[in-house]
Amino acid sequence: MSVLTEELRQKIVAYLAHYPRKQAVTLPALHVVQDALRCVPLEAVREIADLLDLSPAEVQDTMTFYGFFRDEQAPLGRTRLWVCRSLPCMLRGGEELLGRLGEKLGVRPGGTTADGKITLEFAECIGACEGAPCVLVNDEHVMNVTLDRVDQLVDSLRA
Amino acid sequence: MTEFEPVLLRRVGKPDSQSLAGYRADGGYRALAKALGDLTPAQVTELVKDSGLRGRGGAGFPCGVKWTFLPKDHPGPIYLCVNADESEPGTFNNRILMEEDPHQVLEGILLACYATRASVAYVYVRYEYGRSFRVMQQAVDELYANNLLGRNILGKDFHAEVYLHRGAGAYICGEETGLIESLEGKRAWPRIKPPFPAVEGAFRKPTVVNNVETLACVTHIVDRGPDWFKSVGVPPDPKNPRDAGSYGPKLYCLSGHVNRPGCVELPLGVSVRELVEEHGGGVWKGRRAKGCIPGGLSMGFLTEQEFDTPLDFNGPGKAGCLGLGTAAVIVFDETTSIVDVLYNTCRFFAHESCGQCTPCREGTGWMMKITDRIRRGRGRLEDLHILDEIGRSIGIMPGTTICGLADGAGWPVKNAISKFRAEFEEFIRSGRKSPELELVGAH
Repeated sequence: MSVLTEELRQKIVAYLAHYPRKQAVTLPALHVVQDALRCVPLEAVREIADLLDLSPAEVQDTMTFYGFFRDEQAPLGRTRLWVCRSLPCMLRGGEELLGRLGEKLGVRPGGTTADGKITLEFAECIGACEGAPCVLVNDEHVMNVTLDRVDQLVDSLRA
Repeated sequence: MTEFEPVLLRRVGKPDSQSLAGYRADGGYRALAKALGDLTPAQVTELVKDSGLRGRGGAGFPCGVKWTFLPKDHPGPIYLCVNADESEPGTFNNRILMEEDPHQVLEGILLACYATRASVAYVYVRYEYGRSFRVMQQAVDELYANNLLGRNILGKDFHAEVYLHRGAGAYICGEETGLIESLEGKRAWPRIKPPFPAVEGAFRKPTVVNNVETLACVTHIVDRGPDWFKSVGVPPDPKNPRDAGSYGPKLYCLSGHVNRPGCVELPLGVSVRELVEEHGGGVWKGRRAKGCIPGGLSMGFLTEQEFDTPLDFNGPGKAGCLGLGTAAVIVFDETTSIVDVLYNTCRFFAHESCGQCTPCREGTGWMMKITDRIRRGRGRLEDLHILDEIGRSIGIMPGTTICGLADGAGWPVKNAISKFRAEFEEFIRSGRKSPELELVGAH
């Protein structure tokens, strides 16, 4: 049975016009699928490969290189919360922030809360160093997340 | 100190700074109209060459010269790849340019397409810059709707497409051939050069890869002329015939232990001390600095005694650093343990090594393990020698890797051990431990 809906297929196919080779649509396709399904199941890898005239192994190869895409064994929660641990954030409490968020959510980095709402991850520099310590809520920066703002941040993500 | 009037950041924070109407009201797309109306592509390239503009992404290669490496009379297509994968720790200037003034960047992209005869520009935006992506996409859509992208731009015989391409969280995609591989849908393994992208780049076609800030500078060089650009910054050292100078304004990112972290635009050549004291409000909590990273993590370290180093293309190198890099200054205060700073640095590169070249994959991993051992109080004095040896043996310079990631991974290690050796030795001898990092595994 097909994992990709007609809507997802059309979103992927629309990218073909941007590039001279179909393989270039691999990353856009993986993003389309993960945004919608919170992971990229193996069956979706096969279907993407089919759409792009590739071997599923080629899609799998690219997908696993990035460490960004999840398979169906470990789907993302509704919100992916990335906590920066690189030097500018570390100097202003990034490691402590990651520790506190792990305690508060009851998960280790990489894990998802039991209610499926929040996946906690560490990140290397996310490019918002003027607001260290900073986090990404999916792909939006939240800056200056000092320890006293942890409760407020988590409440907003659980709502 | 004379006050410098910002150019690249002049519209940041103003209402309507992101819209086409707002940009046009401030003279936007004037440079493009001038180029399309009065100048040949070769003349635009010549202007950029004359300006002395050097790439802002880290390597500092002269931009106009790079453009002339494209084959002449190529039947096409030629591609422009815009490197918006800004991932060097401490660096966020391109994010601000894209989020706050996207048309300034897009005008530079169009000028570069015209000069290089590129028919398509791919803007490779790191995934983490969601807001940049959305603001840029909106600006691109506006351009298509207003005959500034697509066929016959401004009624002239000039056609260009711009597509945004999102990354997926890998630092290596900032390396220009890693970026190209990633764009093509493959793992981002940098290519052996030559061939350089100008000859064989994206989709095996001639390709120019330029940084976002570099292209924003192009807009102003065409608008105001190369003489204006050369009136800012530092001329070449007359005693060094190979010095191309450090002309133009630069966006300096300031982070870490300063009172006012942020991005500030200044003529190239400002000293770290002036940057920290005048623009960063000094070191936080009334403390003194212990040192800094002068231009993104891979450039190495300056001690506080070296803070008079000018941040132009030559200064950091003279002080033993790898170079100016991205001009992202990360300051750490006197209470910070250099052991913790170096462990954090090594962990970053171990995480981001792409794994293609064994010396880098293994070397970054071992440097992380050894610095971790030191911070856990189990270090040995000979570890410093081993770290230094690894740092010296991985990279393009010793000739053991394909790309410069390993040079950037080794440099901070070499610098830290030569410049802060006494602190490492004292830490190892004392048997102290750094605070435990709960929850956080190595990878």
